[in-house]
Parts: sequence; C-alpha cells; structure tokens
Amino acid sequence: MDLRLKIWRQKDASSQGSFETYPMEDVSPEMSFLEMLDALNKKLVEQGKEPVAFDHDCREGICGSCGMYINGHPHGPVPAVTTCLLSMRYFRDGETIWIEPWRARAFPVIRDLIVDRSAFDKIQTAGGFISVNTGGAPEANSIPVPKKDSDNAFDASICIGCGACVAACKNSSAMLFVSAKISQFALLPQGRIEAKERVRAMVEKMDELGFGSCSNTGACEAECPKQIRLTNIARLNREYYKAF
Amino acid sequence: MAALDSKIPEGPLAQKWTKYKASVKQVNPANKKKLDIIVVGTGLSGAGAASALGELGYNVKNFCYQDSPRRAHSVAAQGGINAAKNYQNDGDSVYRLFYDMIKGGDYRAREANVYRAAEVSNQVIDHFTALGVPFARDYGGTLDTRSFGGVQVSRTFYARGQTGQQCLLGCYSSLNRQIKKGNVVMYPRREMLDLVVIDGKARGIITRNLITGEIERHSAHAVVLATGGYGTIYYLSTLAVNSNASAAWKAHKKGAFFANPSFIQIHPTCVPQLNHFQSKLTLMSESLRNDGRIWVPKEKNDKRPANSIPEEDRDYYLERRYPAFGNLVPRDVASRAAKERCDAGYGVGKTGLAVYLDFRDAIRKQGKKAIENKYGNLFEMYKTITGSDPYEEPMMIYPAGHYTMGGLWVDYELMTTIPGLYAIGEANFSDHGANRLGASSLMQAAGDGYFVLPNTICNYLADEIRLPKISTDLPEFADAEKSAVERLKSLLSINGKQTASSFHKRLGKIMWDYCGMTRNEEGLKKALVLLEELRKEFWSDLKVPGKINGVNQELEKAGRVADYLELASLLVTDALDRRESCGAHFREEFQTPDGEALRNDSGYAYVAAWEYAGEGKSHILHKEHLKFEEVELKVRSYK
Ligand SMILES: Cc1cc2nc3c(=O)[nH]c(=O)nc-3n(C[C@H](O)[C@H](O)[C@H](O)COP(=O)(O)OP(=O)(O)OC[C@H]3O[C@@H](n4cnc5c(N)ncnc54)[C@H](O)[C@@H]3O)c2cc1C
Ligand code: SF4
Ligand code: FES
Repeated sequence: MDLRLKIWRQKDASSQGSFETYPMEDVSPEMSFLEMLDALNKKLVEQGKEPVAFDHDCREGICGSCGMYINGHPHGPVPAVTTCLLSMRYFRDGETIWIEPWRARAFPVIRDLIVDRSAFDKIQTAGGFISVNTGGAPEANSIPVPKKDSDNAFDASICIGCGACVAACKNSSAMLFVSAKISQFALLPQGRIEAKERVRAMVEKMDELGFGSCSNTGACEAECPKQIRLTNIARLNREYYKAF
Repeated sequence: MAALDSKIPEGPLAQKWTKYKASVKQVNPANKKKLDIIVVGTGLSGAGAASALGELGYNVKNFCYQDSPRRAHSVAAQGGINAAKNYQNDGDSVYRLFYDMIKGGDYRAREANVYRAAEVSNQVIDHFTALGVPFARDYGGTLDTRSFGGVQVSRTFYARGQTGQQCLLGCYSSLNRQIKKGNVVMYPRREMLDLVVIDGKARGIITRNLITGEIERHSAHAVVLATGGYGTIYYLSTLAVNSNASAAWKAHKKGAFFANPSFIQIHPTCVPQLNHFQSKLTLMSESLRNDGRIWVPKEKNDKRPANSIPEEDRDYYLERRYPAFGNLVPRDVASRAAKERCDAGYGVGKTGLAVYLDFRDAIRKQGKKAIENKYGNLFEMYKTITGSDPYEEPMMIYPAGHYTMGGLWVDYELMTTIPGLYAIGEANFSDHGANRLGASSLMQAAGDGYFVLPNTICNYLADEIRLPKISTDLPEFADAEKSAVERLKSLLSINGKQTASSFHKRLGKIMWDYCGMTRNEEGLKKALVLLEELRKEFWSDLKVPGKINGVNQELEKAGRVADYLELASLLVTDALDRRESCGAHFREEFQTPDGEALRNDSGYAYVAAWEYAGEGKSHILHKEHLKFEEVELKVRSYK
C-alpha cells in the first residue's frame, strides 16, 4: 500500500520543530510500524538525508523504549499494543498518518520522536524499592503471599515505563505509572513495611518534576499498552491518605 | 602469554565456593569508599552487580545504552528462572542442577563455575522474592514452579510469561535504592567505545553520550562488563535490535581472550520470518513445550490447513525420535530436528520454514482457562504479531538465534585475562558449555552480579587500596579517546551508498547460512572469504549521514556492525577449529548414523580462548583443558 507520512522533525531540544511530509510506497501489511519507519530511514539515508530518530530496542513490546503519537493516539489506534508491535495491516492504502513525539512538560523532546523520560526514573529512585540488602533475604517460602494478592500485584507490576499514560492525559499526569509501582508493593507483605514512606516520596517527586494532577478522565487507562487499571490510582490515593 | 590459569580453588567441588569465600582477601569498609568501580550494563548481571557493590560501599558508576536501566534486554526473558530449591520434593538438589547444566552443555563447561552457579541459585530466588518480584504462587501462598527443556524435575520459578521483566525490575529497584543513597551514579544513553588499560590493568572506559555526542572519559580501579550477548550477529534474532558485541570486542582487542565464540544457541520456538523487512524474531517461550506438541504433516507439501490434518497424518517427530524427553528435549536438539524436517520438505506455512506447535490436546484436557493462565500473554503476543489465534489453530514456529554461550574468557573469579577487567552474565563464557539449558541464564546473570562478583572482586581490589583516584588526564585515556574519535570519523567519511543495516542483514545471512544450526568445513571456509569481501565493501561503500555531535543513530549502528564484521570471522574460525559436534555446535562431518552430535572428548574437551594478535594477524588459540573430576563424560542422550 501507499501512505503519506506527516512526521515531526526537530533537530534538538532547543530548536523549533515542524511536520515534514514523506510519501511512502509499497508498504507491506506484514510490516510493523517501526519496520515501516526503518524502510523510510533507509531511503532517507541513501538520499544523504538525516533519518527520523526514534527510541526502540526490544521490538517485542516489553522494554518500553518505543512510543509516539500515531494519528493522535499514543502507540497508535489499536488497544493494548506498543508501537513496535503495531502491525501495518491496520492502515489503509492512501492513508495519511500523523506521527509525533510524546507531548508533556516533564518529557522534553530531544530530537524528532525521542523524548527525555528520565523523570520516570527519578520517581522510582525516590522510593520504588524494598530496602533489602543482598544476602539478607529470608528463605523465599517463609513469606507466604495469598495467590490472589500475588496475581493482583503482578497485574500492576507489568508497566513498561513507556510514558503513554502521561502522553494521553490532558494534564500530563503520571498517576497511572506511579500507581502501578505503589500497588505492586502495597499488595505484597514484603512491601507493606515501607509503604508510607514510599508513597509519600514517590508522589512528592512526581509533583516536583512537573507532572500534572489527575482529574479521573481515564485516558491513561484507555491508551496504556499494558492495560494497567485505574483501580491502581484509587489504591494509590488510599495509600497516600493512610500515609499521614 | 603464559598458560591460562582458571584459578579453580582446591578441595572437593561442593566446598570450593565456601572455602574460597572464607579465605579471600577483603577490603575494609573505610577503604571501599575510596575505590571506584565501573559496571557497563544494567541487565540482571549489571544492575545486580552495581546494586550489590553499592551496598558494600564502593563508588559505582553504571552505564547502559538505553534511556533507562530498566530496559536492558533481560527484560524480554519470558519463561523462568531456575533454582535448586526442591520445593516439589521431586529429588532436586544443587548437585542435580549442576549435573543437568554440565550434561545440557554437552560437557564443555567448567565444573567449578557451574557448581557455584547452581549453589547460589537458591539465594537468587530468596533475594528476588524479598525485593517484591511477584513470582507465580500456589493457592497455599507458596511459590510455584514449572518444568523446562532438558530436565526431569520442576525447578523453574516464573512470573507468567514475563519472568525477565519482573526480575529486571527487581534489579532496577535495588539499583534505584543505591542511586538514591549516592553509592551508584547512573549514566544512561552511553555507549562504551573503548577500554582504557594502564600498566596492563583495566582502569577506565571511553563512552559516547548518545544525546550530545560528547566523548567522555571515566576512570575506575576495576571495570566490569555486563553487556549481554551477541546474537544479533545473525541480524534476525530474539535479541533487542541494538544489542551488540562492541564493548566485549573492544576489550578483546585490548587483551581479553574471547572464548568459544561459535557456541551460539538457536532457539527452537520463535515466530518465523514473515517478510524481508523484518528486523527481529520474537521468541515464544520454551515453557510452551510443557503443553504444546510439535508436529509436521507426514506427507511432503501437505497444504491442508493444520486443523484439517487428521491425527494419523501428523508426525510428532520429537515424541517419535526422543520418547523419554519428547517435546522437552534441549534446545539444540529441538532446533536441529525442526531444520531436518523442513529441509526434507515437510515444513509448513508460506515459506515451508516452520513447524506446528499445537495446544489442541492440552486445551481439551485442561480447559482453555488453565492454558490462558499459564501462557495468556504469549498467546496474545503471537496473535498480535501474526494475526492468527493459537487457541484456535496451532502456532507456527521456527528456530532463531538466541543466546551466546561464548563470550569473554573468565577465570573462577570472573576476571578476564586483563587484570581488573571482569565479565559477568551473558557477556562471559563460563557456565553453559556448548548449549544453555532454559531458565539458567537469568539464574547465572543474577548469581554473577549479586552473589559471585561482589565476593571475588575484593581479592583484586584489596591490593589496589593505596592507589588514589585515577586521573583521566593520563596519556592512556587521551590515546583511547583519540582512537575512538578517529574511528567514528572514518565511519562518517566513507560516504558510500549503503546503510549500516543493509550490511548487517547481509552479514546475518552469511552467518545463518554457514555458521548457524549446522556447519561444515566447506561452508565455513566459504564464509571466511565472503566475510572478508563484505568487510571491504563496508569500509568502502558505507553511508552514515550526520556528525559525531548530537543524536546519530546511524553512526551507532555503523560502529556495531563494524565490530560484528570482525567478530564474525573469529566465530567462523572457532567453528572451523572445533572438529567435533557438541551442543549447539553441529559439524555435519561429525554425527552418529542417526544424526545425533558426535563429540570428540579426547581431542576437544577444551575451552577455545582466542587471543587478538593485532590488525590483519591471525588470532592465537589458547586451550583451557577441562578437567571433569565429578562428572563422567557420557554420550548425551534424550531418547
Ligand atoms: C527473548 C529472550 C527470552 C529469554 N528468556 C529467558 C528465560 O526465560 N530464562 C532465562 O534464564 N534466560 C532467558 N533468556 C536469556 C537471558 O534473558 C539473558 O541471557 C540475560 O538476561 C542476560 O543478562 P545480562 O545481564 O547478561 O545482559 P542484558 O540484560 O542483555 O544487558 C546488557 C546491558 O548492557 C548494556 N550494553 C550493551 N552494550 C553496551 C555498550 N556498548 N555500551 C554501553 N552499554 C552497553 C545494555 O544497555 C544493557 O544494559 C532470554 C533471552 C531472550 C533474548
Ligand atoms: S502505566 Fe501503561 S502507559 Fe503508563 S508507563 Fe506504564 S505501561 Fe506505559
Ligand atoms: S521497542 Fe521495546 S517496547 Fe517497543
């Protein structure tokens, strides 16, 4: 199929960016979205032009590197799929596709489709851990955990840190991301011990880094490729109130 | 260079590690604060080591090329992580895990290292559980396990199909704790370009900041490489597309021997290639072979849809050839069996390069819900990629490059042949011989990082405490930086017509065709010629736009491909040298009448450790002869 791509090009953090148009011919429906961009970049490089920069690594939906708005949706129009696993079979011949980087104050653009998500790491550094030293752990089965709690903790733990929730939110809130980690630990006995300090530290850091507040719109849940649930935000709020 | 000294401690196998720890030199806490350690890599091994060393009080600098340490490719491991807990009361023990790994590796691994890896496996599970890793549990609240290929006990701990992600996030959390405490400083988006060696010792690295393009110097009293595997030498593989051998290769050129480079595991169950733009092959976890049955039609070119092929027309070839282990034979055996069927014309799918992995019987027996609980996310992923639903029709799978048993040669202390340079995790060669058993890599990577290295590195650092901070103004740093910059400039100045990826693809094809699942002398010799030609073409017709400054992803790729083109020749040389079949290394000339690998223990029970001899010179082979004191060498049989 033939496509028209409208891609955000921006030289670096301090330059102004703009959309450029690229016709793309002979796109196979079996390609992934990133493979389609690879094909574009190959052409650009062969013409001596600078390729479109984007983050990617595992290309199987688990590392959280990739991410861009595709026709206004973080990770594109298909639910529960990262950009790298988005198949071109979801696009039509002749379609125009708009491709942009995440837009959020806390995620400044570095170049083209690459943004700086180090704010996410800073939030995790503030409290996203259980304080146990290597060698100091008790025998694993001496901490029994009800299967239900453990399964629920797992469901929260699978966040890949991609940032789509922030990008989807009109307030650029990071609540879904933060709540996933808080929930995982809140549901496990190992995590209860530092629960109060953790939630206070992570929320404080999140606010400090310029993420907006949550107005319960739910856009984050709708766009999250890992289907992290809003119930986690409710749990985060409960944990936060309990922490004072 | 004198004979290789693997520094295996004296004494009975089961007591070596305990005794070693009791007698090793220590660094007192006040002195640890004066010592700097560089750790390159943030997978299970790197993040584990950085955390544990930070906890001990060393000053740690940790590097990765991704924007966050949480994205190291350990994140992609699916199936599980082994430990000798014997929670199932099925007769498991440290010894049995050790034995399974030695046998699974086809008797080409070092006994003492393997035993130690098995020994620390239980601590790894305790540690991850305490860190809040949500491993699967039973209704009583205790940890659940499952079986993996090549073994007959159930010792694999798992977190649905995302065990690697969960373990890595556990490591990332312990790393964050040390970052917060100031014991570890994190340098993401950095690519290591060279190792700095001063007076024969590893003293630092040169990196490129992948955002600004700045070339940076970092010094330390010791350097640890935890940079993962080089499976992307095949271009298409289950690794992350930016995975590379560059850090290890640069260290190799500075004096670290490279061991068994041709031992690469081809994983039997991956989504087959769908089109020629494909950039990556996705793994479908080995755990699926617990319930899925592998088959092809009994007739050649049977084009009926899978579900219309009746039972009597299906050939469950693994169950037929290997009744004792059936679908759970080790990976190398399963991969070759798939290739054998496809080459003989029984393959399925558009290309004929695929076999079926069928869950029909398991769903009938256990119900869809039970299967969904075990493999839900894998089935979803398969459907997302292929558009076909494995609950309804069998998956199509084919082998793909997956894991590199080979890597930098290390001694018992995990030190390379450069004093002060260590290699841990997939980057070293030590624990898996000629073939790795499923779920033992996460175990080894975490074991190396958290439990082994922190107990061995002190033996070296104890003698370094009088050395003040190492200045990055020393001439060795300036020289290393200069040559790194010159190399980048030369890549940029070729100004030819072809992209780095297009060379990478061609390299991958040569390696897959001549040095993949099976190898023979003629093919390997041909590969050496083709590689030489490709290297020449690369250096005369590569196109890299842009500059050293700023983001330049094409330049990153070009550097990695350039290193791969060199490593590839060593890999082929190693495969040529080893005139036997063992594990993943299958030389067609050396097989039994029924097509099984034919080892040659009297000639090849050694680790091939290759020394770099300089530009344009042949590598020098050093042999570490393996001594088997505990295990008797047997023909590996899964029949
Ligand atoms: C798809 C897949 C599934 C797997 N499933 C399992 C499983 O179920 N069980 C199991 O036991 N094993 C499994 N494995 C194997 C296992 O995941 C890996 O062997 C292991 O995680 C490797 O860990 P590591 O710490 O050595 O390296 P990695 O996790 O690969 O980390 C490498 C690190 O090095 C950094 N790095 C690399 N090069 C450079 C450079 N030049 N400069 C700076 N930084 C650099 C990277 O940024 C990264 O942080 C699987 C592997 C794959 C690919
Ligand atoms: S919560 Fe979902 S959208 Fe947000 S970072 Fe995690 S995986 Fe991405
Ligand atoms: S590239 Fe890893 S999630 Fe998309």
